[in-house]
Amino acid sequence: MNRFDYVRPTTVEEAVRAIGSAANARFIAGGTNLVDLMKYNVERPERLVDITRLPLEAIEERDGGLGIGALVTNATVAYDDRIKSRYPLLSSAILAGASGQLRNAATTGGNLLQRTRCYYFYDDAMPCNKRDPGTGCQAIGGVNRIHAIFGTSDTCIATHPSDMCVALSALNATVRVTGPAGERIIPLGEFHRLPGDEPQRDTTLAADEIVLSVDLPDEDFGAHHTYLKLRDRLSYAFALVSVAAVMKRDGDTITEARFALGGVAHKPWRNAEAESSLKGKPATRETFEAAADIVIRQAQPQSENGFKVELARRAIIRGLSQAAAGTPQSQSDKRIA
Amino acid sequence: MANSISSTGTDSFVGTARSRVDGPAKVTGLAKYAGEFTAADLAHGYVVSGGIAKGRITAIDTAAAEAVPGVVKVFTHENRPRTAWLDYNYQDAVAPPGSPFRALYDDKILYSGQPVALVVAEDFDTARYAASLIKVAYEVEEPLTDVERQREFGYVPPMKRAGIKPPPEPWGDAEGAFASAPVQLRNDYTLAVEHHNPMEPHASTVVWEGDGRITVYDKIQGVSNSQGYIAGVFGMDKDKVRVLNPYLGGGFGLGLRPQYQLFLAVMAARELERSVRVVLTRDQMFTMSYRPDVRQTISLGSDEEGKLLSLRHEALSGTSRFEDYQEVVVNWSAILYGGCENVALDYRLTQIDTFTPSDMRAPGAVTGVFALEIAMDELAYATKQDPIALRLKNYTDRDPTEGKPFGSKSLRACYEQGAELFGWSERNPEPRSMRDGKELVGWGMATGVWEALMQKSSAQATLTADGKLVVGNSTGDIGTGTYTILTQIAADALGLPMEDVTTKLGDTDLAEAPVAGGSWTAASSGTAVMKACRKIAADVFAMARAMDDSPLANVDLERVVFTGGRIEVAGDPSRSVSLVEAMAAAGVDKVEATESAGPDAGHAKEFASYTHSAIFAEVKIDEELGQVRLTRIVSAIAAGKIINPKTARSQILGGVVMGIGSALEEESMLDHAVGRFMNHNLGEYHVPVNADIHDIDVIFVEEEDKANPMGVKGLGEIGIVGTAAAIANAVYHATGKRIRDLPITIDKIIG
Repeated sequence: MNRFDYVRPTTVEEAVRAIGSAANARFIAGGTNLVDLMKYNVERPERLVDITRLPLEAIEERDGGLGIGALVTNATVAYDDRIKSRYPLLSSAILAGASGQLRNAATTGGNLLQRTRCYYFYDDAMPCNKRDPGTGCQAIGGVNRIHAIFGTSDTCIATHPSDMCVALSALNATVRVTGPAGERIIPLGEFHRLPGDEPQRDTTLAADEIVLSVDLPDEDFGAHHTYLKLRDRLSYAFALVSVAAVMKRDGDTITEARFALGGVAHKPWRNAEAESSLKGKPATRETFEAAADIVIRQAQPQSENGFKVELARRAIIRGLSQAAAGTPQSQSDKRIA
Repeated sequence: MANSISSTGTDSFVGTARSRVDGPAKVTGLAKYAGEFTAADLAHGYVVSGGIAKGRITAIDTAAAEAVPGVVKVFTHENRPRTAWLDYNYQDAVAPPGSPFRALYDDKILYSGQPVALVVAEDFDTARYAASLIKVAYEVEEPLTDVERQREFGYVPPMKRAGIKPPPEPWGDAEGAFASAPVQLRNDYTLAVEHHNPMEPHASTVVWEGDGRITVYDKIQGVSNSQGYIAGVFGMDKDKVRVLNPYLGGGFGLGLRPQYQLFLAVMAARELERSVRVVLTRDQMFTMSYRPDVRQTISLGSDEEGKLLSLRHEALSGTSRFEDYQEVVVNWSAILYGGCENVALDYRLTQIDTFTPSDMRAPGAVTGVFALEIAMDELAYATKQDPIALRLKNYTDRDPTEGKPFGSKSLRACYEQGAELFGWSERNPEPRSMRDGKELVGWGMATGVWEALMQKSSAQATLTADGKLVVGNSTGDIGTGTYTILTQIAADALGLPMEDVTTKLGDTDLAEAPVAGGSWTAASSGTAVMKACRKIAADVFAMARAMDDSPLANVDLERVVFTGGRIEVAGDPSRSVSLVEAMAAAGVDKVEATESAGPDAGHAKEFASYTHSAIFAEVKIDEELGQVRLTRIVSAIAAGKIINPKTARSQILGGVVMGIGSALEEESMLDHAVGRFMNHNLGEYHVPVNADIHDIDVIFVEEEDKANPMGVKGLGEIGIVGTAAAIANAVYHATGKRIRDLPITIDKIIG
């Protein structure tokens, strides 16, 4: 861990100035990922801008939906009554991740910005284009059973590790950010990016911008949602594949359905064609299989993660079945619904 | 009651469930571990780990690190102090044959993660930061770390490792008998490489005493091993080196051998003439030993009824380029089923560019028995019979590898009692026949076996004038409950309440004892403590009898009992003297004794000694998604006398949980292109968490054994052996899918 200077602004304006005035500054809030990365010498910030005193800790009514301040902890979001009743998918996805202790410390903004769990990214003895651009990717052809099957490039096959963001993606959330150029709204689906030839850039957030809130649209899915997470142990592991699904039905007919996959790409993975294929169809296994097949047509597995393609297919089918049936996956009972 | 410790014939403490005497210290934080001891002017060392697996260092630039304020010195192979020359001086008490690894010895890189520098600074953070500034340039050679690809270079180790029995010579004609057997099964089995991952990282704190002596707090399973190593490597007199380790936060075998942080801390302390602490990071815990990569083939030939006609078990184990690590992998097949007339066992090594593997909880048995007991399950299905019936059909009362009967073997009782508690008779043997909602249900069983060992060990006891007793020796309590059981034994031996007995361990100033490993500590240290206490009993009795008007005059030692802090004439409590009175009358303020105990050569010549177990497992599997939930385990153990059913049960629970990890989760993933274990942290190296663990029932079956005076066989390893096979067999029963490569992860279920 390198030496760094530390400032603790109390207003958003000060924070934006503080991040912009140092060449390599980082915001820190819960620190559950950044501090680890600093210990591993993956992140070597010259300055830490502690934003925990900023007034971004509220969950507020916004345009009929809810705005979640960037500093609201994961635990607070997951157990908030308004979230649980109106956006239970989000609550469920958060509770599928990390541990109680981490969720108490981790914030909404930090969760959006958490970095990949690729082994090579964390190991500064190994080449990694995301950590040290231009050094190469050892994960390609290496130990890559946890890596991406969609949207990879020949420079990076890392995945985004968040559970929360997968749910936000399916919910069509937006991210409200601000910077020297003022406030702007970024749809969740455009917030994270694919690696392309710039895998060092995880998001479209500018270096001098700050996340203010994550906003959830006014939309009600009733019980037709689920967050299904598959991993190498029953708790406290990153997803091999996860599915966040929401659905609206008119009798047996699906009127709208959206689903995002986690653990399979550099960002929460959506497929518009597969989602629209569900519209107007009966909520049957055949319908779900057809949608899943559309998704996995684009899969490009690596040397060790071919199983993820079939696992993703099956997870989509089960996730859509759970959402259709109104039997969302419980995160405490590990039996899969 | 047989094997009682107490002179009354009935033990008050031994055989009863007692909470850990060290529990309050551990849960309140009073218990200090090697990296928590401090000293005036303590400097902190941080290890720089190498990034390549094979080659040499061409340049190492330490200038930037040395320029950081607070950095005391940077040690590399270029400026390290001279240490001993001969391999012999580096060979610790449990070292396998070969040339032990020497940190910072020269420019050669032998494995990935090898320490290449030690930064010593005034504080930890400065040392860690400065370490990040060191630049190492390498000349890289291609590493070879894939055991399968090194198969052609396999060899029978020319030098045997002490205490490890090589496979016996084959008997009969295993190949011929297999070829003509009506039922033939031949399959390959692999267990993933596992790292020990104790909760406590390795650490050494070396206190510079200033008078030529050092006091060392080292994470080790037996301080005498570290002391001998330091003396050998640095040419120091043992009496100038005191090593302590009162508590261990998990060892699992990684704490048997002194590891490189000890070498580095002592080296730096001697060179700087000040106290130094070196603590490894979690990632660096993957730069030492591991459970070896062993490729096994088992060939079983039987008659139509499952009676074995041919048994072959072959293993190829990876070891390092510099040491021939050996463990017992294949012998277990003969020890369990060697009544068979045609047996051939083969164990070979092949070298790869990693650190030397090491003992890891039930070394060799976890590996060999997992394969064997899956193979036996396959034979049960091939011959259409109950897996327990098949095992009983091939049961042996003799150990053919040594040509001796077992001193005791209550494995039948393990099968019976385990099956009863589990409800095995309700099992429909047909794969895929049992369901619970969406989930397939599987029931599987397996056998476990481990050696019942004893090592020469001494112990001391001191009874003071206030009637308090202190006992102990230098072995470690590695979390097993040794403090507690030795306290129970001492209390019963002298008829004292447990509160009046203090046990001290993990200090080379105490009576010498070996490392805590091999499940031998209860038998070895326990017997030595019992003997030391009995010696004290005899001495105090002599004092009591010599008192004026002694109520014990003319009574022999055999006719008195020690109880409640008094010596009483057996059957006549009115005639008694307290220990305190006897010592006061004799004018002594303490009575001391040091006694040693070792294995009974006569018994060992006649009998083979093993612990046994039967494990039953239930899994529930969502087949479509490959998710396995382990819902139930019953482990029935035959391990002789149980000194403390509470700590004993905890031992087995820990072994079972580790077995669950082995079956379903643990896997150190090597990238062969760079020769490096890549998932080197606890986020990505998975061990079971609470959600993975459900009901575990432990049964201790009655077993009387005479290999040592207490009838103790040891419990540290038996809980893990066979557990993975029982789970794999349950997975087969649930799904009909036979998985011979552990761990059983989602990809293998859906694949």
